[in-house]
Amino acid sequence: MEQVIANGFYLGAQYALIALGLTLIFALMNVLNFAHGQMYVLGGFITYTVYGQLGLPFVVALLASGLTLAIIGALMEKFLFRTVIRRSLREESTMLLAAATAFFLDAIILLLFGEKQRGVPKIVKGVFNEGGIILPYDRLVVGALALIFIAAFVLYMQYSRVGRAMRALAQDRVAAQLMGVKVDRYSMIGFAMGAMLAGIVGGLLVTITGVNSGIGGPISIKAFLMVMIGGAGVVGGAIAGGFILGMMESVGLTVLREYGDVTYLVIFAALMVFLSIRPNGLMGKPWG
Amino acid sequence: MINRRSTLKSMVLGAVSVFAMTAAGMLSAQAQNKELKIGFVGVTSGPAAAWGTSNVRSMQTRAAWINETGGVKIGDATYNVNIVTFDDQKDPKRAIAGMEKMAQEGIHYVVGPNVDDGAAAVRPVAEANGIIYFPYAFPKALYQKPASNAVLGMIANYQSGPAIYKYLKENKGVKTIAFVAANESDPLSQRDGGVEAAKALGLEVVAQNDTYQNDTRDFTPVLTPIVALKPDLLVLSGVAPANAPLLIRAARELGFEGLISTETAQDAKVLEEGAGEYANGFISVGGASTPEIASDAMKEFVARYTKMFGEYNDESNTKVYALEYILETLKANPAAINDVAEFKKTMDTFSAPNPYLKGDAKLSYVGTTSFGQKRQLAVPMVVNEYKDGAFQTLFVGTVD
Repeated sequence: MEQVIANGFYLGAQYALIALGLTLIFALMNVLNFAHGQMYVLGGFITYTVYGQLGLPFVVALLASGLTLAIIGALMEKFLFRTVIRRSLREESTMLLAAATAFFLDAIILLLFGEKQRGVPKIVKGVFNEGGIILPYDRLVVGALALIFIAAFVLYMQYSRVGRAMRALAQDRVAAQLMGVKVDRYSMIGFAMGAMLAGIVGGLLVTITGVNSGIGGPISIKAFLMVMIGGAGVVGGAIAGGFILGMMESVGLTVLREYGDVTYLVIFAALMVFLSIRPNGLMGKPWG
Repeated sequence: MINRRSTLKSMVLGAVSVFAMTAAGMLSAQAQNKELKIGFVGVTSGPAAAWGTSNVRSMQTRAAWINETGGVKIGDATYNVNIVTFDDQKDPKRAIAGMEKMAQEGIHYVVGPNVDDGAAAVRPVAEANGIIYFPYAFPKALYQKPASNAVLGMIANYQSGPAIYKYLKENKGVKTIAFVAANESDPLSQRDGGVEAAKALGLEVVAQNDTYQNDTRDFTPVLTPIVALKPDLLVLSGVAPANAPLLIRAARELGFEGLISTETAQDAKVLEEGAGEYANGFISVGGASTPEIASDAMKEFVARYTKMFGEYNDESNTKVYALEYILETLKANPAAINDVAEFKKTMDTFSAPNPYLKGDAKLSYVGTTSFGQKRQLAVPMVVNEYKDGAFQTLFVGTVD
């Protein structure tokens, strides 16, 4: 059972980091970014190219992933989402735009990086094997990095000027604007940060799970699941959602294994019941 | 007056004229060729894109090679081969739309679909429109009477599985076996076939209900309970190339020391990048490109594929054959070019040299034992073992 719990925590840390960027963009702009998974995939492929193919240090690759995705995110916000939000009278327009962006990125990634699964050399070799728990060291490193990124993100949002401005935007966009917060600027920064997080986590996880051009959609769905559990637009909720999903998956795959692949059936059924009781998720409202 | 300058000028003009006339001649010869459209309906996007992409690229490589060397002569006419493609996105509804598109284009020979449900879904369209299709899907009903238009393009798991398990039982002392499969129709049916074959061989099946979502990225939770059972052999039933290295790596990191195998084709580069040395000893089914058995034609095919698409995919070893069979069968009976009934007649007696294997291997249609009629391509059952970035041939079998 120790192994099952360790697996759950590790998966949870991964998932929480994936969900953070998605929830940030939703909180700031009320945009369900269906392209989040594709951004993750692109981040993975950039790290694959820089670290795996060019042989540059992993940290450089991770920075390249984060920076590239931040730029892409900023451009997407400025030229696509901002325009649509300004001109459209219907909220669904941003969802359609996000879905179209996801398909577009899928096609671009397939063209640029091909159809094959890609992987990179392990960043740390060896396996921790004590007290009934087996965890490869690279997973421990990635898990620790994920926790550090989560903590840094939360602290940044809590105490920095930019973070405060973004929280104000998330709470009440109009009030924040009236108080002098530059909505366009902080929306762009927020979108860029969300995309950057997707890129960084894609870069981190390519060392463990590799990457292929077709996984963007499933990653997005899982990220939405976590955000729905925790409460859309709430950072703490995304983190909680990630850990809950990771633990449910790990326990379910062990306890329910004799019944075939019912783990996700149970998770989805539980989510339906949960949302009917708490439609806003665990934490239910944007940053207070 | 003839000087050096005018001599040079004349030589250059002469050379250009000869080149132009040769090029014009070649172009007009190519232009005189008729067009033979061969269809492809399969998955070239999404998580399973690797299956269909390696499939269609094999066809495109071979078609370009044929066209470059003057086309293919069928009866009295010479044809350039044109591959018409359709991405079914692994969706049976889209596979039907793809097959309907092929029918509208007057195509009679289609390679694909790549998965069970797609292959089953297109059957009525193919039969109604006189299309022979070559799925990479294993349900026997597709190939047994009354069905007659589908021809299995590769070795089925119920043919390779028993051979692999028997080999490992006799040569590696395997006694216990565990199965893990994605929760999709192909892998699950392959798992069921594998379990049946293992039991028939007297192996003890210690796990057979463990499944995973095909989009799983971290397989540690899936494999933790299976590894604890310490089977001698872990079978990754119907595993997608994207998932194979992740499963292997997770199993080895959890301390699994037994053998790992699958009955699907894999790519050495993907295994190397995703699992590294953990993949050493992994057993899978291949085609014809391992050095021990590949002919010069196979080597040229690999070189042309690599030049055309930047990187070879070892899965193409099993997918190089379908187009070759179509063209060779049409050459044997030119009346079949627009009449699939003629094609079916020819299948019973067809035989031609296999250009991709060393020695005197033959192309022919088989399947009598498995399907009661010849509805399978006789591709070699090459069982490979991965070692340090490349496949080595473990053994070669045949089906009848």
